[in-house]
Amino acid sequence: MTMADYAVDVDAEGFLLDPAQWDEQLAEEIARENGVPELTDRHWLVVRFMRERYLTTGSAPSIRALGKESGVSVKELYQLFPKGPAKLAAKIGGIPKPKGCI
Amino acid sequence: MTTMMELVAEPQLAPLEPKTIGKVAIVISKGSLEGVYPGLIMANGARMEGIDADVFFTFFGLDAIRKDRVEKLKVATVGNPAMHMATWLGVLPGMSWLATKMMARQMEKIDMPPVPEFLELLADSGARLYACQATVDMFGLTLEDFVPQVEAIINVGEFYARAAGGQIVFT
Repeated sequence: MTMADYAVDVDAEGFLLDPAQWDEQLAEEIARENGVPELTDRHWLVVRFMRERYLTTGSAPSIRALGKESGVSVKELYQLFPKGPAKLAAKIGGIPKPKGCI
Repeated sequence: MTTMMELVAEPQLAPLEPKTIGKVAIVISKGSLEGVYPGLIMANGARMEGIDADVFFTFFGLDAIRKDRVEKLKVATVGNPAMHMATWLGVLPGMSWLATKMMARQMEKIDMPPVPEFLELLADSGARLYACQATVDMFGLTLEDFVPQVEAIINVGEFYARAAGGQIVFT
């Protein structure tokens, strides 16, 4: 499976299979396709935090860690990504879907 | 030769496109730590998937939202065969305390917040928390007795009205 106009591999839900294929322009495209028309600085803060955490630890942070450590509160996270902050930020950040239950 | 089976109309197959759940209403009816966590985890999991979530606390489940009890929830060590421990051991003083400490530590390890913080997380995520009118009356409580994340005391009819069109999960 590939994404329209981009030579990247994604899974059935549209998560990138290889984080190295990601760039910021692609992030904006994924965001638009997933109901986030524009990535603001606050969105970027969350997306970069998710991506960095995944690339350094091998797993995406929980919503709890995201709310405590990203600099964006849980309330604001849901305002920025109403359809699920952890899931959407991971998708936009080009990393696999978070596996944890929290 | 035509058989009866062939004359019967083909059953209508459900469409194959993936269906999603838009909304859940979760009932928490137990007041032990292991009785409270599953409902909280399911509610949070719903919000993380963008699914609307209501949580309705009833009977001893009210302990999870009572200001005076939310920090004192305990694991049941008696009457719980899954503890794999002799019943007489479970009644010894301190056993429930110990089991509770152990579970709390395991929960922290997998990044599950303690219950008071979990309620904040849920409310901040947009989940709505309600107390059950009948049991609130039974225990002689008022909205003042509950943590601030509790939105209202509602009756069963209101619960069903809120849950309409979604899935109901009883724990």
